[in-house]
Amino acid sequence: MATVTFDPLPADLAEIQAKMESHARDYGLDFFPTVFELVDADQLNAIAAYGGFPTRYPHWRFGMEYEQLSKGYAYGLQKIYELVINNDPCYAYLMRSNGLVDQKLVMAHVYGHCDFFKNNYWFSQTNRKMMDQMANHGNRVRRYMDRFGVEEVETFIDACLSIEDLIDIHSPFVKRFDEKSRYDFDHPPDHVDEPPQPGRFESKHYMEPFINPPHYLAEEAQRLHEAQQSKSHFPNEPVRDVMLFLLEHAPLKPWQLDVLSIIRDEAYYFAPQAQTKIMNEGWASYWHSTIMTRQGLDAADVVHYCDHHSGTLASSPDKLNPYKLGIELFRDVEDRWNKGRFGKDYDDCDDFAAKRDWNTNAGLGREKIFEVRKIHNDLTFIDEFLTLDFCRQYKLFQFGYNPSSDAYAIESRAFPQVKQQLLFNLTNVGRPIIAVRDGNYKNRGELFLEHQYSGVELKVSHALDTLVNVHRLWGRPVHIETVLDGASATLSFDGSEHKTEKSEESTA
Amino acid sequence: MRVEHDLSRFRKIVRGKIRQNLRKYITHGEMIGRKGRDLVSIPIPQLDVPHFRYGKNGSGGVGQGEGEEGTPVASGEAENGQGQAGSDPGAHILEVEVSLDELAAILGDELELPRIEPKGKDRIEQKKARYSSIRRTGPESLRHFKRTYMEAMRRQISSNTYVPDRPRVVPIRDDKRYRSWTETPDPQANAVVIYLMDVSGSMTDEQKEIVRTAAFWLDAWLSSQYQGVERRYIIHDAAAKQVDEHTFYHTRESGGTRISSAYKVCSDLIASEFPPSEWNIYCFQFSDGDNWGEDNEKSLELLRETLVPQANLFCYGQVESPYGSGEYIRSLESAFQEAHPKLVVAEIENKDGIYGCLKRFLGTGA
Repeated sequence: MATVTFDPLPADLAEIQAKMESHARDYGLDFFPTVFELVDADQLNAIAAYGGFPTRYPHWRFGMEYEQLSKGYAYGLQKIYELVINNDPCYAYLMRSNGLVDQKLVMAHVYGHCDFFKNNYWFSQTNRKMMDQMANHGNRVRRYMDRFGVEEVETFIDACLSIEDLIDIHSPFVKRFDEKSRYDFDHPPDHVDEPPQPGRFESKHYMEPFINPPHYLAEEAQRLHEAQQSKSHFPNEPVRDVMLFLLEHAPLKPWQLDVLSIIRDEAYYFAPQAQTKIMNEGWASYWHSTIMTRQGLDAADVVHYCDHHSGTLASSPDKLNPYKLGIELFRDVEDRWNKGRFGKDYDDCDDFAAKRDWNTNAGLGREKIFEVRKIHNDLTFIDEFLTLDFCRQYKLFQFGYNPSSDAYAIESRAFPQVKQQLLFNLTNVGRPIIAVRDGNYKNRGELFLEHQYSGVELKVSHALDTLVNVHRLWGRPVHIETVLDGASATLSFDGSEHKTEKSEESTA
Repeated sequence: MRVEHDLSRFRKIVRGKIRQNLRKYITHGEMIGRKGRDLVSIPIPQLDVPHFRYGKNGSGGVGQGEGEEGTPVASGEAENGQGQAGSDPGAHILEVEVSLDELAAILGDELELPRIEPKGKDRIEQKKARYSSIRRTGPESLRHFKRTYMEAMRRQISSNTYVPDRPRVVPIRDDKRYRSWTETPDPQANAVVIYLMDVSGSMTDEQKEIVRTAAFWLDAWLSSQYQGVERRYIIHDAAAKQVDEHTFYHTRESGGTRISSAYKVCSDLIASEFPPSEWNIYCFQFSDGDNWGEDNEKSLELLRETLVPQANLFCYGQVESPYGSGEYIRSLESAFQEAHPKLVVAEIENKDGIYGCLKRFLGTGA
C-alpha cells in the first residue's frame, strides 16, 4: 500500500547518469547507490510537499504546501529542479519537462548532496532507511485515523507540530542523562528531610577551628542543602528536548504518545539538513560546477548551463543565498590551502604585499575541502573559515531591525559584526532556544518553559498560540519566561485565557 | 497521488474557516480590496501551525551587495508577512488564495442559493490568449532573454565580432525575440449585469459603501454561474448616464432624484446592446428611495412595460438614509401587488443588512 513505483529512467538519461556517476567517483566523491526517478511537475510538487517522502503520514499542511508549490509553478514564479533524499539508497527526483542540460546539471549536483549525506558527521546519526521508516509512520498514523477519527488525530498532530523544533539538536552526539532502566527499582528514599552534613577532617580538639573552620562548615552545609533542593527539582536541569520531556511526562494516551514520538523522530531526521544548508548546497554546487565545466558540457549546452547556474547563485540584498555563500567559501578554502595561506606564519605576517602574493604551492586545497565537508556544520564552518578578506570581497554587511522606521537597514560592514550576526542566525538553526525548567511549577503540575534570551525577542502572537498547543499536550497551565520590551516577562495560558506578567525592573 | 487527499483536507479546512467568518467578510467588505483577476486572497486566522519564533525586536541578518550604513534593505512588513506583531492571539494570519468561483460556491452553499439556468445559446465567442510561441517583434516586457542572447551571440560569431577572451554579447534590434500568444475561441453563455445607483445628495459615502459591497458579492455569484459576465453601470440623480466602474463608486452628485431617467437609460442600453433573446440580463438598482413624487408613475410604467419583462431578474435594494423618505419601495410594492417572480425588493438598514439582501436577491434562482 505504501509503495510508490516509478518507471526506470529512459535510455538517454540513464546514459547521462552513468557518465555523471563515473565523473563524480573520479573526483573522489563517495556516495550511497543513487536512484533517479523521473516525475511530472505535478508529482514533483506533491513529493516536495511531503518533504521528499511520498509515503508520509497524511496531514492538511502537506496539502497546503502542495497548493503553494503548484500555484507558484503554474504562475511561473518558481520551479523545483531537484529533490534528494538522505537515505540508503539515495533517492533523487528529476522533473520530466526539464531539458537535457538541466538534467545533467541536476545529476552532478545530486551526487554532491549524496556524498555530503553519507560523509558529513552531522548526518551520521540519521536513519538511512528513512524511506521505509516514513512509510511505517504513515501507516501507523493512518491506522489511528481509522480508529479514532481523522479530525481527532489531525488536530493532535497540529499540537505536536507546534513544538517540533523544540528538540536538542546535539543530543544524538552527547549523553545528557544516564539511561533509565525500567527495572531500576532503587529509588532514593522518599524522606530526604535529613540534611546532609559537611565532611570534617579529623583533628585534635584545640586544632579544630583551624582544620575545620566553622564559617567554612556553615557554607558547605548551605551548599549541600541547595544541592539537595535542586535535586528534588523536576527536571534537575533545564531540558532542551521539550518533545522528549512531554513524551516522558505528559498525560497522553498510547496512540498520542506514538504520534508525538513519530513527529519527534522526523524532526531529528530533518535537523541536520537545517544545520548544514550552506555547506550542503555549497558542496553540491561546487561539484556540479566542477563536473559540468570540466567534463559535462557540450558546446551547445554552455549558454543554457550558464543561465541556470547563475540563476541558482543569484542573491538579493536582504537574503544570503546559501548556494552562493557555500560555493564561494569552499572555493576560498580550497584556494587558501592550495596557496598555503593558513597557519601561524601566514597569520602573523604583517606585510601587505607579502600576504597578497603569498603562495607556497602547498596544493592541499582539495584535500582540505573534503575534510571540511566531513566534520563541519554551518555554524562551525562560518566560524572557522569566514575571513575578513572574504567578507570584503563579497561585500557582506550586517543589517538590523529599526523599530522607529519599521524597516531593516544596513547597520555595519565591520567584519566582527557581520560574522557575529551570521553566527547568531545559524545558532540553533535560527530558532529561539527554549527549555523546560519546571515540570511541577508552583507544585501544581504546571509546565514552566524558559526562553534563553540572547538579544532577540519572541514574536508574541506566535508564542501565545504555541502555548495553546503546548497546553493541549500537557493538560495543565503552561508558562514561558522570556524578555519583552527589555524587561523579563512570563506568558501563560491556563486553558481558557492568556496572561502576560511583566517584571518591573528592566534587564537592559 | 495521495496528496489529493491532503489537499482536499486543506481546502475543507479553509472553506470551513471562510464559512465561519462569511457574514463578517460580507458585512465588512474587506475582501474587495484583495481581489485579483480570478483570485481573492483571504486572511484566515489560525490555519498556520504556530511555533516559538523570533520577532522583529533585536532581529537582523547578513546580506550581500552595495549600500551605506543606514540603507534600508527590507521593510518590516516584508520580513514578517503580517507587519505589526500584535499581542493578541491569532494575530498571525495566513493569507489564503481562493478563486472567485470557489468563494461564490461557499456563498451559494451558505445562503442556500439555487443554481441559475442560463437562457439563450452559447453565442458570443470570447478569445483566450496562450503564450506559446516566439516572434521577432513585441513589447520589451515580453522579451525572451535567453533566445535574444543566443541570437546575438550567433550573429557575433558569424560576423567575427565575438572575442572569446572578452565575451561581450550585445543584442541589436534584429536579435531580439519576444514571447507571443495564440488565440483560441471560447464559446460562452452571455450575461450582463446592470447596476443602477442613485447618487443624489441624500446618498452618503456610507450608503455607497454598502452598495459597493453588495455589488461585489452579486458579481462573485453571477460570475460563477456564467463564464463571461458583462457589467454596465448607470448613475442618476435627476438625470442619468452610463459610467465606468470607477466613476460608479466614486461619484457624488447633489441633485434631486428622478428614477425614471435611469430606467430610460437602462432600457435604451438593453435595446441597443443586449437583445433579451440572447442575453441573460440582471438589473440591480440601489437607491435611498427618495424619488420625486411626480416621477413615480413614469418609473413604474417603464419598469412594468420594459425592464421587468426583459430581465431575468430585477432587484431593487433600498439603502436606509438619514435624509431620504424611503417611500419608493412602498409604491413599488403596491404597484406590483401580487408577488412578481422577476422583481425582488429588499431594504438594507446598514452593513449587516447586506447578508439578508443577497439572500433575497439571489434566492430566486432566476
